[in-house]
Amino acid sequence: MGFNITNKEYNQKVKEASKNSKLFLDVILAFTVGGIICVIGQIVLNILKMFNFDKETLSSLVCVIMIFIGSFLTAINIYGDIAKFSGAGTLVPITGFANSVVSSAMEFKSEGIILGLGSKMFTIAGPVLVFGVISSVVCGLFYYLYLLIF
Amino acid sequence: MFSNILNAFLVGGTLCAIAQILIDKTKLTPARIMVLYVVLGAVLTLFGIYQKIVDFGGAGATVPIMGFGYSLAKGVMSEVSKNGFLGIFTGGITATSMGVCAVIVFGYLAALLSKPKGK
Repeated sequence: MGFNITNKEYNQKVKEASKNSKLFLDVILAFTVGGIICVIGQIVLNILKMFNFDKETLSSLVCVIMIFIGSFLTAINIYGDIAKFSGAGTLVPITGFANSVVSSAMEFKSEGIILGLGSKMFTIAGPVLVFGVISSVVCGLFYYLYLLIF
Repeated sequence: MFSNILNAFLVGGTLCAIAQILIDKTKLTPARIMVLYVVLGAVLTLFGIYQKIVDFGGAGATVPIMGFGYSLAKGVMSEVSKNGFLGIFTGGITATSMGVCAVIVFGYLAALLSKPKGK
């Protein structure tokens, strides 16, 4: 036999190879699903472009529609099923942000619709908003100083 | 019309693929990835890099959560150049008010009306 390899080494190699192919598959799935969600956003944008909205309103409207889709699909338990195999593909788009709000709120519905839902919906979205707003203030400060100096 | 759809697919897909690699290769949790992406989006906008990605990728760059950071930074920068110092405090939330309001209202209603998954 030409294989100078023990069982243990063989198992190790199989493990490594499957680990790599798992990463490859995960990345391909994330790329495809994330890409498709962005294509839906682009189609919505292309349709809205036919109406006379200004540029800022346009992108905000796309954002609102995608958030609506994300919330809706989470509430009817479809988004979670897609997220199971697509990983970051459903996490990174803004629909994933809506999903994080709805799914954490749904989990704590039993704690009441005012304190349970109202506070737990921000379990994941809270940090995103906090650090988002802080980074916008920091950016604003740097930009203000930049305008002062130049 | 169709080229911007392809660009959106490529750019949006790439941003998701990078996040997937980060999840698999590091110990970053999904929530941390989202925070990282928003902050990164704001920083890249400050340096004028993200605007170029948006110009190329359209919704492929604005639909991912990085686009939220982009709107925050872009809003604060335009408000600072219009209103000066106070713009630092108003710009970010003003620009993203529609999205944040949608998340709160749609998110709350969806969770309220949803049926928990059968146990």
